[in-house]
Amino acid sequence: MHRIPAFRTPAVLVAALTLSIVAPAGVAAPADFLKTYESAARQESAGFAGFSAQRGAALFKATHGRAWSCASCHTPNPAAAGRHAKTDKPIAALAPAANAERFTRADKVEKWFRRNCNDVLGRECTAREKGDVLAYLMSVNK
Amino acid sequence: MNAANRIGLLVVFIAGASWTATALADGHRYRASDPTWKAECGSCHLAYPPALLPAASWRAVMSGLDKHFGTDASIEPATRDKITAFLEQNAATRRKYVSTSELRITETAWFRHKHDEVPSAVWKSAKVKSAANCAACHTNADAGDYSEHNVRIPK
Repeated sequence: MHRIPAFRTPAVLVAALTLSIVAPAGVAAPADFLKTYESAARQESAGFAGFSAQRGAALFKATHGRAWSCASCHTPNPAAAGRHAKTDKPIAALAPAANAERFTRADKVEKWFRRNCNDVLGRECTAREKGDVLAYLMSVNK
Repeated sequence: MNAANRIGLLVVFIAGASWTATALADGHRYRASDPTWKAECGSCHLAYPPALLPAASWRAVMSGLDKHFGTDASIEPATRDKITAFLEQNAATRRKYVSTSELRITETAWFRHKHDEVPSAVWKSAKVKSAANCAACHTNADAGDYSEHNVRIPK
């Protein structure tokens, strides 16, 4: 059997992974992000057994030993509008059921997960954590 | 009209024009705007007018966005460079604003002086929360209007 050596190199694997994280490009739906996080979470851990809205809710409401939780700005109800904990600037609702613009743009989603996980947890979130939070947000009704 | 009258009119005109320019500046209305700046710098707080800090301060702010006064405000390098250019082009030029090395507008000498009659209870009120919350009192700040005429201190 003829093998294609390039397919076995880690560099190609990394490139493929990166591509899968970058997609969905342009306008997407929350479910598309869930799929992207799912394949990334499988890569993170072989034992990945699906996302949990319950774990996502816990992550969203906990302060993780630091000053803020996600709820500090987004309120404990993601379907409600929030306010920035420091500047008081209004923040539109986060749950897709309450705000159709949420989780439709990959650049925005990744930017805010990066910044806010750094602020709340002091590090970036894993794909599983992002998927858990998104599963929670998608489970919230208006 | 003789020459002297013409010169007289010209002097009045120039004085008028310069008075208008000064009045506008003292009225604290800032017109420089850019959609990327407004969207990115205006997402967690109001997009503060570039004219309130010198270019060197803006450059320092923009080079440390991952640690932006206690929060991660990092953005894509291309977006960052675009906004930095806009800030530099519209940065403070008046001596009063340029003579600072502060990165926080609220810590500049002119800001403190301008707000020295604001009672400390106002800054701490639940409706203000922070000196960074310009729009709490400057009701039209989002449009670049910081004129005293539009100040309403919340009760």
